[in-house]
Amino acid sequence: MIWLERQRYFIDFTLSSLLRRKGKNLALLLVYTLIVFMVASVIFFADAIRKEAGSLLRNSPEMIVQRMIAGRHDFIPLDYVSAIKEIRGVRGVEARLWGYYYHPASRANFTVMAPEGFSHGDREVVVGPGVLRGWNARPGEGLYFRSYDGQALEFTVAGEMDPDTALVSGDLILMSPATFREVFGVKPGYATDVAVSIRNEIECPVIAEKINSLLPDTRTILREDILRTYSSVFDWRSGYVIVLLSGAILAFFIFAWDKATGLSAEEKGEIGVLKAIGWESGDILLMKFWEGAVISLTAFFLGAILAYIHVFVASAPLFERALKGWSVLYPVYELRPSVNMYQLAVLFSLSVVPYTIMTIIPIWRVSVTDPDTVMKQS
Amino acid sequence: MILNPAILALLGGSLLVTGVTVYSSIIGLDIIRNWDLSSGSDRQLMRERKTYLISTALSYVMGFQLISFFLFIYTADHIHDLFVGAMCAAGSLNVNEYGYLTFFLKTITVALCGIWLVVNHTDNQGYDYPVIRKKYLFLLAIAGLLVLESLTQFGYFFLMRPDVITSCCGVLFSEEAETVAGQFAQFPQYWTMVVFYLSAAITCRIGIHFVVTGSGWRLFSIFSGWMALLGFVSLITFISVYFYELPTHHCPFCILQKEYNYIGYPLYLTLLIAAVTGVSVGVIGRFRHFESLSEVTPRLQKKLCITSMASLVLFTALATYPALFSSFKLFS
Repeated sequence: MIWLERQRYFIDFTLSSLLRRKGKNLALLLVYTLIVFMVASVIFFADAIRKEAGSLLRNSPEMIVQRMIAGRHDFIPLDYVSAIKEIRGVRGVEARLWGYYYHPASRANFTVMAPEGFSHGDREVVVGPGVLRGWNARPGEGLYFRSYDGQALEFTVAGEMDPDTALVSGDLILMSPATFREVFGVKPGYATDVAVSIRNEIECPVIAEKINSLLPDTRTILREDILRTYSSVFDWRSGYVIVLLSGAILAFFIFAWDKATGLSAEEKGEIGVLKAIGWESGDILLMKFWEGAVISLTAFFLGAILAYIHVFVASAPLFERALKGWSVLYPVYELRPSVNMYQLAVLFSLSVVPYTIMTIIPIWRVSVTDPDTVMKQS
Repeated sequence: MILNPAILALLGGSLLVTGVTVYSSIIGLDIIRNWDLSSGSDRQLMRERKTYLISTALSYVMGFQLISFFLFIYTADHIHDLFVGAMCAAGSLNVNEYGYLTFFLKTITVALCGIWLVVNHTDNQGYDYPVIRKKYLFLLAIAGLLVLESLTQFGYFFLMRPDVITSCCGVLFSEEAETVAGQFAQFPQYWTMVVFYLSAAITCRIGIHFVVTGSGWRLFSIFSGWMALLGFVSLITFISVYFYELPTHHCPFCILQKEYNYIGYPLYLTLLIAAVTGVSVGVIGRFRHFESLSEVTPRLQKKLCITSMASLVLFTALATYPALFSSFKLFS
């Protein structure tokens, strides 16, 4: 209890000491908060988008089989489907028709899919919000396509996908399989690739091996592979942004060192007086520790809160291009808030820990100053 | 190398901490060679002042090492999905030969930093700093280990390549695995439990005897060190099995996950505190013969002994809770 009371008195004194030099300490707090804000924004955004990718892929097929000719992806014959169905452990096999359509006016590539059981007519399409923006069209209006043989085809927008699904449907156009073949010239008996559902996910690598030996001109892509690649890409991107920010972070630590080293005559006089009335070097060290802790923790929490608002309310306008990648068509979406202790621990290790370690020596120098030397100078 | 913010934090923090410790060791070398408390020279005065710097620096180093110990495991778990076959941290650590080496070095440096802080606190109670030279020799050893740990950690993260086939903990920690951890999992669970509870009871009995009579501190220290090792082995052999409620799941890292209510953190923390304070009883006991520490040391030893016993009891209670209150029965 005595120890606790002692710490309380030290904190009281430290706070009043900080308030005596408002300008200097506010400047440090501001810059520190900015650094924490930038690093926290990167960490929160990268983690949220990684989780988003993970949850989106949860309902995707466990495996995709594509045909390869001369190292390039080619259309897959539909009789491969029956061969894959025979493999034990395969729950379902679905041939998929999909591709990309380049729209010259908006200079964007749109993803076109032709699901089985498309509920609209052959001259109707269902589109994502980004498509309407790119085409400058509204539901009910016509979209003009140019087919593989140069014919002009007009399709009516029969419906728009939910804007909440913009992350996956932003550039998506759905049409009937017959229309797809008409637009892209894909012969009957062929599909773009095959989606394979597998009962037990642990068997995926074994089934993939069986497909590769049964159908040597195919490649298998596991959902795990895609998740791993997304994780890797977002990790790499967020790490790279922090490396790029390291110049600013280093400048801040040099500023913190300079601020801790360069005491004003008034501050030195204060320490001299404290030592003259009986404070030991250990007590001055403790006071300086609390000073650092107050500023660090205030900056840490302020920076983290501002970063939360920046990423989950304002959708991270500062960093989204660096972390989402390059595109002509950016979907509009809001990330689901997700902050956990791990992210805060990483943020703490990237901000508070280096600041604390950088200021050990200046703080010590201040604490072991001779009181009579200091008081004479002041 | 995987450029992840957590990996950057670990590498950067490790670099700073190693730098601070090496700088402290350089000061320590000067102290070992030239310390003379009877001298009133400027240099001796500066040396005395620098002892404050080193104490503060090592306290921060200890704090960061503790954070980085858990951050390292959590990061290894966080990146497990980048490696085929890795289901948790156990698989990620097995990606190259530096993973487990870094983990063990981190454990040892955390424990040694804790013991150093206890030795430093004891030495500072003496008016003549009687063990200052031994203390800084100890610091040199810690600095060496920290440098080694930073290098192995750097090697681990630098050589990491996603998609490397590795083993998941189900294979590493199963009875068939030929790894050291696999051998722990092969220990007969019943007899390991018996040895664990008996050792804990004997350690506490010796501790109580020491607190009451003042003798037996050497034995208590030895048993504390033994309990530290036995505690970790028991975690793999039977304690984790009760939390997972699966007789074949022995992984010591999965208990750090939210699925198991993060129970691994209090388990590891209590085990670490029990080990550091218990072993420190024996380490500082060697200073009793110094006149300036003859009164202080026994008092400090008793406080450390009580702390060690309390942590050990808490660890044992946490380890026993699922055995008593869950519906899972390891032995019919």
